[in-house]
Amino acid sequence: MEKWRATSNLRRSLKSILNRQLSSVSEFRYLNEKRSCQSSFNLIRDCKSLGQVNAIQHRCFSSASTLVQRNPSFSTLNFDDISYFKGLLGEKSVIQDEDRLETVNTDWMHKYKGSSKLLLLPRSTEEVAQILRYCNSRCLAVVPQGGNTGLVGGSVPVFDEVIVNVSSMNNIISFDKVSGILVCEAGCILENLISFLDNQGFIMPLDLGAKGSCQIGGNVSTNAGGLRLVRYGSLHENVLGLEAVLANGDVLDMLGTLRKDNTGYDLKHLFIGSEGSLGIVTKVSILTPPKLSSVNIAFLACNDYSSCQVLSASKISFLGINYAKLMQNNSSAYHFLSSVHQKLLMEAKRKLGEILSAFEFLDTEAMNLVLHQFDGVRNPLPASMHNFYILIETTGSDESYNRYLFSAISANNIYIEFINHKNSCREKLEAFLLSSMEDGLISDGVLAQDINQASSFWRIREGVPEALMKAGAVYKYDLSLPVEKMYDLVDDMRIRLGDMAKVVGYGHLGDGNLHLNVSAPEYDDKILEQIEPYVYEWTSKHRGSISAEHGLGLMKANKIYYSKSAETVQTMASIKKLLDPNGILNPYKVLPHSLNS
Amino acid sequence: MKIMVAVKRVVDYAVKIRIKPDKSGVETQNVKMSMNPFCEIALEEALKIKESGLAKEVVAVTMGPSNCVDTLRTGLAMGADRGIHVEAARDLVPLSVAKVLKKLVEVENPGLLILGKQAIDDDCNQTGQMIAALLGWPQGTFASKVVLDKEKQVATVDREVDGGLETLCLDLPAVITTDLRLNQPRYATLPNIMKAKSKPIKKYTPEELNVEIKSDLEVVQVTEPPKRKAGVILSSVDELIDKLKNEAHVI
Repeated sequence: MEKWRATSNLRRSLKSILNRQLSSVSEFRYLNEKRSCQSSFNLIRDCKSLGQVNAIQHRCFSSASTLVQRNPSFSTLNFDDISYFKGLLGEKSVIQDEDRLETVNTDWMHKYKGSSKLLLLPRSTEEVAQILRYCNSRCLAVVPQGGNTGLVGGSVPVFDEVIVNVSSMNNIISFDKVSGILVCEAGCILENLISFLDNQGFIMPLDLGAKGSCQIGGNVSTNAGGLRLVRYGSLHENVLGLEAVLANGDVLDMLGTLRKDNTGYDLKHLFIGSEGSLGIVTKVSILTPPKLSSVNIAFLACNDYSSCQVLSASKISFLGINYAKLMQNNSSAYHFLSSVHQKLLMEAKRKLGEILSAFEFLDTEAMNLVLHQFDGVRNPLPASMHNFYILIETTGSDESYNRYLFSAISANNIYIEFINHKNSCREKLEAFLLSSMEDGLISDGVLAQDINQASSFWRIREGVPEALMKAGAVYKYDLSLPVEKMYDLVDDMRIRLGDMAKVVGYGHLGDGNLHLNVSAPEYDDKILEQIEPYVYEWTSKHRGSISAEHGLGLMKANKIYYSKSAETVQTMASIKKLLDPNGILNPYKVLPHSLNS
Repeated sequence: MKIMVAVKRVVDYAVKIRIKPDKSGVETQNVKMSMNPFCEIALEEALKIKESGLAKEVVAVTMGPSNCVDTLRTGLAMGADRGIHVEAARDLVPLSVAKVLKKLVEVENPGLLILGKQAIDDDCNQTGQMIAALLGWPQGTFASKVVLDKEKQVATVDREVDGGLETLCLDLPAVITTDLRLNQPRYATLPNIMKAKSKPIKKYTPEELNVEIKSDLEVVQVTEPPKRKAGVILSSVDELIDKLKNEAHVI
């Protein structure tokens, strides 16, 4: 008995230790969030008592918000409004408590802070409809909110907008195991959906670092991209239908579960990525792919100058232009490298085609930050620091499954076609990596041998945003750029900012999505002046997008012209006017302020 | 000196275990299989000893159906020099494993045999002790630190016991089983994965080694632990006291 207990204790300790290593980013993120929330409360309280500091912080935090004026056509809350909402939702779902309002008024980066006096927690579409109907008739501005994990200030009030948080609407309505179609309410937390589907043998087509807090309604409203986009496409492709409540309280039931439906204008797409400015998404139906059992993850390093020396002549001719550039200026190894990245990406798409499920990158600055900020995270490639790290994930059906198929078919004497299938996904990935290594495209790499190792690789990539938050002030830019130009911007910014701040580049290389982050000890207008509008102009010049997956929110509402023509923006404004004539839904965001007034 | 390491293929530590519908065992079809974490630690220790120049060769051994070779390849990719696969279709109990290992030790003559203290699938924690007994070798189980002295031919092993550390001195050859805190296993790098493909794996059958595979144990039933009931949020201390008194019967 004694022995048994000892063993089980040790087993438990193994589990807990492994668990700790394994603990998904979300859990970690949650803790981190909690911690930073607490500290920020203190901060905010301190600021309140000091008054002046508060003002300074506001100026530093968001230059945009200081320019916005409260729209005078909006009413202010009165006692009758509160009692109407209490009558509608019940006392518990109408929140005026200051501490709770503090949380929902502040975004998770503590960059944007509103001063709403009212938080509503509806439990059904009908309640949302009634809230909006009332607010519209009273001309009360409303900010729809989910997990409040947005990065552009889209999910918090700017002034005193009523916060409508859909967290309480968190039911899974149906799941069809045959078609893989999930129908659920907007307040479902992404991670809960992931684990629900996992039990059913399916996965969510999107996955992102904030999965432990973010909600599907918010994901859809933001058109969040995330880590699996390279394989499964954007939410425009995966959302089959949705239900949304318009500003006047009308409910648009577009909750179809059909793959094909060409009846009239496909209005659901208006609500995907419109950041709650056209309506509040209340239900979503999503096409989920089956979970495939063979998931393999490689963590790779692309080295600097030395990697070009191992390149064979043929590769040099392939990379012609960049090589010429390199010859002109030996120090511009980065230019050369970004081409190595591209080549690797092209090769990966060609050779791994149907099994490639993520292609992520981070630079050495990002890696250093993660290693520095988190205990227990180690560099899988300890030999030396490299300039770039790439994470490739492949997902496919299992090797043993193929073998099984093979033997089943061979019993019927029609086995020839299946001989080619005996290569497992893992072998495919290995073959690709080895040939890439021989070609000098990658200088070193490791392949996860078990799920624990796989999670530790993901932890590094998913840990970058959190590490940046821990490091101090951070200016985040989420840009779509041509892959070959992507890293040039990071280099340019490094030169521009010099010692003022640290420039970190990471992102979804497979989608041409760069997360350009500028990290400094504290927010400083001098730094901001160096970044903006330079980054936007640079992006515009290369026909990129100033928002790849984060949305425009408050941060970039006035910057939309860098990526969209005046005519396009005008049409957007007309649509907004049509669906929300009083402009009560998420005001001051998405569209330029000049158009809203 | 040669070091032999036993490695076992188990359901990946991070996979949620499912019971077969007929309750005959754990579902292993279409489930991610990996090397037992304790075996990884055992192999890492052997590789470290080799890298410090105290051993010449590391041989990884596994037993079971043909796909166990994958686990052996992982071991070779981590750095083992060669592998031995004893192909056995049916489930092996610790005593059978120990008997097979004894035969392999007689063939290979290693100076040190390192095993994980237990496998995370059956949690037996028996094989290391059994093989030590069968060979008549000294054993250092649950090792959290291993130091070899080549001249004196002894291994000093720290074990974590209740309330502290126990230090044992073992004459070589010896059996060591590894605990969690011994080391942190390395990743399989691409160059090593490439090298592993050409490393030899020798195959044996239990018959060739003259070991009869049998079990005196019969699995009657495998069931899941009872599900935990969801907690309740109480609104007052009185309610809590009431629950503790009348439902939990603890006060």
